[in-house]
Amino acid sequence: MKRIMRYMRGYEKQCILGPLFKLLEAALELLVPLVVASIVDQGIGLGNRSYIVQMCLVMISLGLVGLACSVTAQFFAARAAVGFCTRLRHALLEHILGLSYTQIDTIGTSTLITRMTSDVNQVQSGVNLCLRLLLRSPFVVFGAMIMAFTIDAQAALVFVGVIPVLCVIVFGIMLITMPKYKQVQAGLDQVTSATRQNLTGVRVLRAFCKEDSEVETFCGKTQELTRRQLLAGRISALMNPVTYVVINFAIVILVQVGALKVDGGILTQGLVIALYNYMSQILVELIKMADLIINMTKAAACADRIGAVLEVKNDQQDGTSQSRSLRGAVEFRNVCAQYAGAGEPSLTDISFRAEPGQTVGIIGGTGSGKTTLVNLIPRLYDAAQGQVLVDGRDVKEYEMEVLRREIGVVPQKSVLFQGTIRENLLWGNPDATEEDLWQALKVAQAEEVVKGKNLQLEEPVEQGGMNFSGGQRQRLTIARALVRKPKILILDDSASALDYATDAKLRMAIRAMEQPPTTFIVSQRAASVRFADEILVLDDGCMVGRGTHDELLKSCPVYQEIYYSQFPKEVTGNG
Amino acid sequence: MADEKQMTTLKKVLHRIKPYTSGIVLSLCSAAVSVVMSLYIPVLIGRAIDCIVEAGRVDFARMGSLLTQVVLCALAAGLVQWGMREINNRITFQVTRDIRNEAFRHIQVLPLSYLDSHPQGELVSRVITDVDTFADGLLMGFTQFFTGIMTILGTLIIMLTIHPVIALVVILVTPLSLVVAAFIAKRTYSMFTLQSATRGELTGIMDEAVGEIKVVRAFGHEKASLSQFDEVNERLDKASLQAVFFSSLTNPCTRFVNSVVYALVALTGALFCLAGGITVGSLTILLNYANQYTKPFNEISGVVTELQNALACAGRVLDLIEAPERSADPAEPKKPGKVEGSLEIRDLKFSYTPDKPLIDDFQLSVKPGQRIAIVGPTGCGKTTFINLLMRFYDPQGGSICLDGVNTLDMTRRDLRRSVGMVLQDTWLKAGTIRDNIAMGKPDASMEEIVAAAKQAHAHSFIKRLPQGYDTLIGESGGSLSQGQKQLLCIARVMLCLPPMLFLDEATSSIDTRTEVRIQKAFDTMMQGRTTFIVAHRLSTIREADVILVMKDGHIIEQGNHQTLLAKGGFYANLYESQFAH
Repeated sequence: MKRIMRYMRGYEKQCILGPLFKLLEAALELLVPLVVASIVDQGIGLGNRSYIVQMCLVMISLGLVGLACSVTAQFFAARAAVGFCTRLRHALLEHILGLSYTQIDTIGTSTLITRMTSDVNQVQSGVNLCLRLLLRSPFVVFGAMIMAFTIDAQAALVFVGVIPVLCVIVFGIMLITMPKYKQVQAGLDQVTSATRQNLTGVRVLRAFCKEDSEVETFCGKTQELTRRQLLAGRISALMNPVTYVVINFAIVILVQVGALKVDGGILTQGLVIALYNYMSQILVELIKMADLIINMTKAAACADRIGAVLEVKNDQQDGTSQSRSLRGAVEFRNVCAQYAGAGEPSLTDISFRAEPGQTVGIIGGTGSGKTTLVNLIPRLYDAAQGQVLVDGRDVKEYEMEVLRREIGVVPQKSVLFQGTIRENLLWGNPDATEEDLWQALKVAQAEEVVKGKNLQLEEPVEQGGMNFSGGQRQRLTIARALVRKPKILILDDSASALDYATDAKLRMAIRAMEQPPTTFIVSQRAASVRFADEILVLDDGCMVGRGTHDELLKSCPVYQEIYYSQFPKEVTGNG
Repeated sequence: MADEKQMTTLKKVLHRIKPYTSGIVLSLCSAAVSVVMSLYIPVLIGRAIDCIVEAGRVDFARMGSLLTQVVLCALAAGLVQWGMREINNRITFQVTRDIRNEAFRHIQVLPLSYLDSHPQGELVSRVITDVDTFADGLLMGFTQFFTGIMTILGTLIIMLTIHPVIALVVILVTPLSLVVAAFIAKRTYSMFTLQSATRGELTGIMDEAVGEIKVVRAFGHEKASLSQFDEVNERLDKASLQAVFFSSLTNPCTRFVNSVVYALVALTGALFCLAGGITVGSLTILLNYANQYTKPFNEISGVVTELQNALACAGRVLDLIEAPERSADPAEPKKPGKVEGSLEIRDLKFSYTPDKPLIDDFQLSVKPGQRIAIVGPTGCGKTTFINLLMRFYDPQGGSICLDGVNTLDMTRRDLRRSVGMVLQDTWLKAGTIRDNIAMGKPDASMEEIVAAAKQAHAHSFIKRLPQGYDTLIGESGGSLSQGQKQLLCIARVMLCLPPMLFLDEATSSIDTRTEVRIQKAFDTMMQGRTTFIVAHRLSTIREADVILVMKDGHIIEQGNHQTLLAKGGFYANLYESQFAH
């Protein structure tokens, strides 16, 4: 809560003026019963026509001033709430973009997006409501009581008695029903999940003829939901009738007390009416306040969630070395890596060395640590133990921006961004020339993809690149990485959607480049790595083999298992 | 047109509420009683105030009896109100339950073509969100619409009986607040549209920047992404400020109109008091009513939009409920005896869209126990094949005969009971491992389940889970690996092993060891059963009796390994590029 409040700085003026004008409006409203009282006592009682007219004009002007006040208040409240949330969103995105992968993995991207969208929206309406109503409702309630005291202390005691009773009823019912409504929500979640599952599993469920039992389970869930709804509804339905009865009891007592006072000549008829009017105002405001509190607790919960994200501190320290023009030698020295919260390390004691321009193949089953290994090179994650060196220097010593500028990464999932092909390629290097782009496309075997489009490089790319096929996307993401003419190229299973022939052409083209990068090829396909200078075989985070294809085929059982599951012996014999 | 649709929707909704008619009548009566009571109370109080004139002139006896009446009326009104709410809740929640159940039941008999062509999220939102909005509207309609109208009518009648001229002032000026509210709503509508459009744009940018942060980071694109975000964020700031501010003017403005009404009633009332037309007590009643009268007015205008919204939502749910069912099962279905597993496909025609024929004159003859490999790139159309075989979709021409019986002539239940399928996109039910394995045979004993799991090579990993067979797995399989999920799916079929199988061989997303296990399990299953297998492994393909080569949904070649290689077509090419080099 505190963490996010600082983004309110600069809106202090609005935060003070908004509620202040709102109070002014409420104060004017509190005067109205007094004006009516004087109309009754002075105007009607003394038969003064012009006084009545005057007083009614006073009432209208009170309304007019009140309108002006509240419009001003609404503006300040809206300005502060909206501005605050605009800043909050900016701060959130900036903060998230600065977090390490490990942290983002732990929090989860969909959670982060919810924080930035619906949570921030909820906070915005909470802040807005707070600024407008938080002070107003208690002010009217207690203001009405104080006004009652100015009329008559004894009559005001009725207010002193009834306000706590009403508070207990309103807030008590609220407190009781809030957890009940949470249960309703949980019940609804169950129904939602049952519906969703039924739709995702429709083929399996129908194949197993489960339709009837599915309906039965679903009906059970809706019945439970209905039961919870009725329970919560029954209690909250008490609020209005009970407060209504209490207020009317109070009015009866008030009129009786008033009558005695009037009989004794202490009060006038008009003042009794004023007391009666104050009592009516209280009820309305109390109910508004209950609503406000429900909204506020929701907003506060959202604010806490946002604050929790902002509290996460980036756990990676940036280095200082700005050394330019790397050669691309990569060395791992006894590297271990472990993901946050994972029980076992995902990489254990990995050592190897790759010279500039070499190709390193990395092969192994899912979860064997292949991607983790290559992610350590551009410091997407940090090693828990050991050292990762580029050109003989620990990667932690480089300024991250400098290091990453020299490395081209093609991630497992090929993602393009909304825009044009050109814009996407320029991600690799904003200063790339037309020639650079086409050169990269050519190497990535993506030239024909672009040439096949009407607008060539200006062809629009939809969000996520959905207007391209998987294979086309993959080739374009490879081109994007090549545009920066990297010294180190990481292909993380990025040829999986390419057929064998294209995959081979791609590898040849990279080798034939003017300044071939040190290339890491991560794959599950033995065919993709078999021509590498060196192949690392990973199993369960450990390096169980290292060498060329022929060496490994002789000596490494895991490699043999992988290879022969893809190329049965008899075929390779004559292949 | 739109109104016509609303009317038919309304009729259908009323039809569903019909079973609760007695409740509704009771609710309406309670609403009437509570309104009359709550309108009568200010009258009583006004009369009581008339008993208090000035010092020494207070009629305590009359006041006392009036105040007793107030207490009684308040108690009665409170009680009736509570009862009414309870009834309304009952009706609303039960109607929503009924509609949800009806929708869900209907989903079970909808053709898959409907479910495939509607995004899942949209269907869920119809069953959940739309029904909820409808329920809210219904509840509001019950609690506020009727009481609102009755309050307005009652107030009008009482005001008219007290003083027609003052009543006229109220009647003429009050609608002004409606006009103001409508004016603001109309003006702010475009602002809200702009706001939500800008919000959508911003969410798109966030989605990309955060969802694909690894790429953003790897390419050092953080600053560029942030500045792109800031530009839209600024626009959202302006749009939101306008929308929030102008829409928040509704309350102050209507409140002002109400205070004008209040002042006018005070003025005319006081002047009539002087002229002796009414008493001070009556003036108090009128003032009180002037306040009360505007409230239901403002509420009803809200209720009307809410009701329209509710009807629109009900319309969407009803569209789902009334979507045509799949073709009925035959009235006198032919019972396949003990299925041997021979399959005869003759002149099969099928397409998803009429203008794009997909399968044309397809012939296939399979003897019991034969193995048919389906080969082709991903997205080649194996789903189409299973759709037709399992009758998720019906063919548009030709026939598929199982042991000589046209699949159209048997019930879907009998057909599906004789085909087991293990697909790569594994789907598991949220529940225990045991429930999942027993899906096809809920009454299976623990021994049978364990035996099936053992045969599927799933037993060893299951028993290592914290609660073994009683381990709960969440929606979409929870923490299980892809391979483990597939082993469970195999165990599921293994338990009630049908005479025909449709299997989907693992691709590279599963690690080698699990793959070997899956392969072994597949081999066990296939013994003596007619099997269709989507094949990726050369050995599977070579051992198949028939190979179907599919591409873009079409079956382009058909034959065994030798004949297809000799043919030198697509298969030969595929084989060259993938396996031989």
